[in-house]
Amino acid sequence: MNIDFAPLWISIKTAMVATIITFFLGIIVSYWMSNFKGKSKGIIDGLFTLPLILPPTVVGFFLLLICGKNGLVGNILKLFNTSLIFTWSATVLAAIVVSFPMMYRTTRSAFEQIDINIISAARTLGLSEFKIFYKIAIPLAMPGIIGGLVLSFARAMGEFGATLMIAGNIPGRTQTMPLAIFFAAESGDMQKAMLWVIIIVTLSLFLILILNYWSEIQLKLMGRRTK
Amino acid sequence: MSLHINIEKHLPSFNLKVNFEHKSGVLGFLGASGSGKSMSLKCISGLVTPSNGKIIVNDKIFFDSKKAINLSPQKRKIGYLFQNYALFPNMNIIDNIEIGISTMKEPEKKSLSKEYIERLGLSGLEKHYPWQLSGGQQQRVALARALITAPDILLLDEPFSALDQHLRNNLEKELMSIVKDYSGNIIFVTHDIAEAYRVCDDIIVYENGVSLEKREKKDLFKHPKTLSEATLTGCKNISKAKKTGKYTIYAENWGHEYTFNTEVSENLQYICIRAHNIKICENDGTINTFPYIIDNIIENPFEFTIYMKNNTNPLANIVEFKIEKRNMHFSLNDTVYLTFPQDNLFYF
Repeated sequence: MNIDFAPLWISIKTAMVATIITFFLGIIVSYWMSNFKGKSKGIIDGLFTLPLILPPTVVGFFLLLICGKNGLVGNILKLFNTSLIFTWSATVLAAIVVSFPMMYRTTRSAFEQIDINIISAARTLGLSEFKIFYKIAIPLAMPGIIGGLVLSFARAMGEFGATLMIAGNIPGRTQTMPLAIFFAAESGDMQKAMLWVIIIVTLSLFLILILNYWSEIQLKLMGRRTK
Repeated sequence: MSLHINIEKHLPSFNLKVNFEHKSGVLGFLGASGSGKSMSLKCISGLVTPSNGKIIVNDKIFFDSKKAINLSPQKRKIGYLFQNYALFPNMNIIDNIEIGISTMKEPEKKSLSKEYIERLGLSGLEKHYPWQLSGGQQQRVALARALITAPDILLLDEPFSALDQHLRNNLEKELMSIVKDYSGNIIFVTHDIAEAYRVCDDIIVYENGVSLEKREKKDLFKHPKTLSEATLTGCKNISKAKKTGKYTIYAENWGHEYTFNTEVSENLQYICIRAHNIKICENDGTINTFPYIIDNIIENPFEFTIYMKNNTNPLANIVEFKIEKRNMHFSLNDTVYLTFPQDNLFYF
């Protein structure tokens, strides 16, 4: 059997880049939201969570509208003589958009669970808001952040619908593992599909094991702290 | 050392109104839970912004709604001791203590933190984490962390409420001996009457979010001026009252008239006496002595609480009376004579 492993590498590369971006973006946005007291909190929160609820094809459709030839982002990119649709960057963009709610929700609830007195104490001790963020809030929310990270990675790697809509299925460029499975099965190559399924299941299982291991360590630490 | 506070804060459950001035000594905020004591501390420290008013500490304006001044908590130089200590669980003791002076030069910082660790008896615990310490040790860390920044004012928010009863007294002594050397203003929040009396010099009673007039503690306990002050300082016997003569007051709920040697003031509404100030005596014609029937007896560790029913007026409220165990030789339904000494009766 002659197998081209490109989908594996494309998937891993896409998921990694997307997760790194989601990671930082998610932490910043969720910290900002956890301190946000405005009236529009519910609406903003809904917008950030929407990609989690919507069918991925709908997300893909919106991305197509925004990034396509006539969309806002598409027009800006045209000025630089480049385009996003059907490129590898589009797979990354799709992965970011669908994985962001995972990171955002998990991390936000981790930030919101921090004892407000601890943050208040830091303020009265003269710590700047930025220092409070990275010296206190981040370490205390770490279990949630790690959980969000692993979930985001898994979601980014499993992305199918939105990717297909805006990046298409170009072997060697935008064909990720989930796409490879679909098109292999569609063309009747069940063996090839099975191979990709096994790889994905193994990878996912591995991720879940890491997640469980991490949360166990963190829970022990938390349990001791709250004793 | 001076403290000038006059603020209002509109909250969903009540309106906070605080107004007082203070020069020196430990000032206590005494009130039921949810009466706005802790909220006042949060306003002073800048964690919560009042709706309007003024906060001035040592001539430094912390907050002034008219001049649009509102210093951030970081700039107010406040030492705040939280109820649950709020230590940073991800840092060891030395990092917890040094965090407020992290801008100092390394040698200065080290010598200062060493000084405070020794002063607060925390030597040997430097590398421990907060969860490894006992409640008392955690409190000392929190205190060291606050004091090391040389705050202008120290706010203690129910510092003993998280501790077991038997630890409290020791820690109270310990805390007060530590803060004795502290020269700034101290505000001590509590709902424990005895604690407030031992720790504070002056006390402000809170009534549904409103701070009442500042009182010297002995004066407050001897002559409460409002219903809140009377109940919060632990007075059990309170009756509606009206003036009936130049020297007499009729207590509506007790069903008796009391005579005083000095003229009673106008516009009085209540008359009160503390449970341990009532005396049992013979029927020898002492003034303000009335017959009572023992209605109920409750045994406490070191005393008895006796509930007395007015012998002549069955509609009158039951009076609470405390007696030491060695003096206790009464049983249910006995008739006794109770004297309400006029020095211990107070009215407002």
